[in-house]
Amino acid sequence: MSITLLIVTGALAAIGIYLATSRVLSRIVLGFALLGHAAVLALLTAGGPSGDPPLAGRSTPEESANPLPQALALTAIVISFGLTLFLLALARRSQMLSGDDLVEDDLEDRRIAARSDDS
Amino acid sequence: MSAVVALMVLVPLACSMVTLGFRRQEIPRDVVTLGALISVTVMSIVLLAHVERNGSVVVRAGGWDPELGIVLVADMFAVLVLAVAMVTITLVEIFAIGQRRGASGADPTVVGPMLLMLTGGVSLSILTGDLFTLFVAFELMLVASYVLLTHQGRAGQVRSGMTYVVINLFASTLFLFGLAFVYAATGTVNIALLADRIPELDDPVRWGIGLWFLVVFGTKAAMFPLFSWLPDSYPTAPTTITAVFAGLLTKIGVYVMIRFHTLTGMDDLGPIILVLAGLTMIVGVAGALAQDDMKRILSFHIVSQIGYMLMGLGLFSVAGIAGAIVFVVHQIPVKTVLFLAGAHVESERGTSSLGATGGLMAKKPFIAAAFAIPALSLAGLPPFSGFVAKLSLIDAGISASSTVIVVVALVGSVLTLLSMVKIWLGVFWGSADDEVRSGSGAVTSTRGGSATMAFATTTMIAVTLAVAVFSGPLVTMSTRAANELLDGDGYVAQVMATSDAAPEPDGDTAPEPDADAAPEPDGDVEAAPDVEADPGVVTDDATGTVDVVDDRSGR
Repeated sequence: MSITLLIVTGALAAIGIYLATSRVLSRIVLGFALLGHAAVLALLTAGGPSGDPPLAGRSTPEESANPLPQALALTAIVISFGLTLFLLALARRSQMLSGDDLVEDDLEDRRIAARSDDS
Repeated sequence: MSAVVALMVLVPLACSMVTLGFRRQEIPRDVVTLGALISVTVMSIVLLAHVERNGSVVVRAGGWDPELGIVLVADMFAVLVLAVAMVTITLVEIFAIGQRRGASGADPTVVGPMLLMLTGGVSLSILTGDLFTLFVAFELMLVASYVLLTHQGRAGQVRSGMTYVVINLFASTLFLFGLAFVYAATGTVNIALLADRIPELDDPVRWGIGLWFLVVFGTKAAMFPLFSWLPDSYPTAPTTITAVFAGLLTKIGVYVMIRFHTLTGMDDLGPIILVLAGLTMIVGVAGALAQDDMKRILSFHIVSQIGYMLMGLGLFSVAGIAGAIVFVVHQIPVKTVLFLAGAHVESERGTSSLGATGGLMAKKPFIAAAFAIPALSLAGLPPFSGFVAKLSLIDAGISASSTVIVVVALVGSVLTLLSMVKIWLGVFWGSADDEVRSGSGAVTSTRGGSATMAFATTTMIAVTLAVAVFSGPLVTMSTRAANELLDGDGYVAQVMATSDAAPEPDGDTAPEPDADAAPEPDGDVEAAPDVEADPGVVTDDATGTVDVVDDRSGR
């Protein structure tokens, strides 16, 4: 378990969460891309020490890296790639409708705010 | 029988791809969609009957060891929820076909394929035996739900859809981190192995994993502090879509929570879950009381009802878990039919707002009845399924002497009734002659369409009544499922036991089974008849399900 990987994971997650809590849609998309990377790195770190590529016939089981987290990470990468694209499409649609790149106010929130201003 | 378990996942996913191919041709698309849904419904009922008689069915995709490969486990809990879920989705699709003939509903070229995708995700998350496949199944289900929610591209849908997607995506990312933690701590993501290994971990690690997954599954289930995405996004979708979401998505979150937290022995979290359950009930119903739109009121009720299921889980007793299972089974059709009644109201009056509608009782007594029966059931009044579910939960609460949660649950029920009365007063009572000012937009349904809609609604109500009528066998099955979950040894033995038999056809040499089988001689004996009965099926299936793995990792 390498300390560098852990620090990188932590840094990616921190930046990702910072961006995802922003109000700008494009930053949210970038934030989730970084968060996805952080999660994949965490999965790989959980797999134990590094080693040879786990290919049958090319390395022995003792010397190769743990292949299971790699398989999991691969699936996770594909999924987060697809979802990032969907989020981008949604952000684009939102920009088309509202003309700017911000998360819009919730109507209910606005109504409650108006009500509390009255009283 | 193991082929059926694999087909439960394969059929909807394959047909979803097929219908995407010719989504513009109405008739073949609808035939394939309905055919697939009806066939999975029939299979799920066959599976329920089989498991009830012969015990769980375990399928190992590709013949891999449970440590490495994907396992599908159809135990009592899984098949109960699966059967109700499949019946519900099928009836909603019939309703949607009826609605689209007339009023402006959801876009049929999207709904058919995506509903099948959702079905595949739902049955995979119910049947899966390992956490990573669960993650993939959740994503499958959620991606379909994102598309269904936002496909019309209206401003309100994009606004609330953004919240919905971002929050669920965040929960999924947390899920992935949680998987990394679990793998680092135990070296496996297989639930049966986790059931053995997590209880042996140090307390802080165990608590950490338990709380982490409480947050992950709690977000999907709309538990108290994490529910804010739900009442905002659900009402903006077309009502038939909301009906599927309301009936299924959050319940799958609860289902998974019950499965994970009972099998891994997280009894220590019980008090925390009970507090969250109480808060979920009260906050949800209070939100419902404050609303003045039928769909928004019903959406807040989804949250409040989740509290009852969590209450059963939080008790961590056989009676409590059994009550929670009965509640899930009752809730899926009831919640869906309430939204279908909402869709009827909408297509009749063009809006679901309480202020604009009124007098529907005199004009359309059918819709009034279609709303009244599930509404009374939701509040928990005697002849209906809600009464059975709430009675078993409250009984469990009293026998565990958790008085506070019982009182909170009863108060929540009364408030539920109150908000249902509010809908009743706003929509159904009143004079029928004020229709003129609200008769806008969607009042174009033709005779044929509304007959199909009425058929689907009536059948769904019949399902909710059947839950009440057959409550005896249902409680027996739920108690059995709860015993299986809380005991855990049987589940572990069954999942691991098949690894003795399946390597034979594959010629796979697996030395581990001895070690795994040795501590559980009883479990081995129980599971053995299953394996010996049809070794051929296991082989066929082993090769058949390799496709599932490829299918999903490629997506």
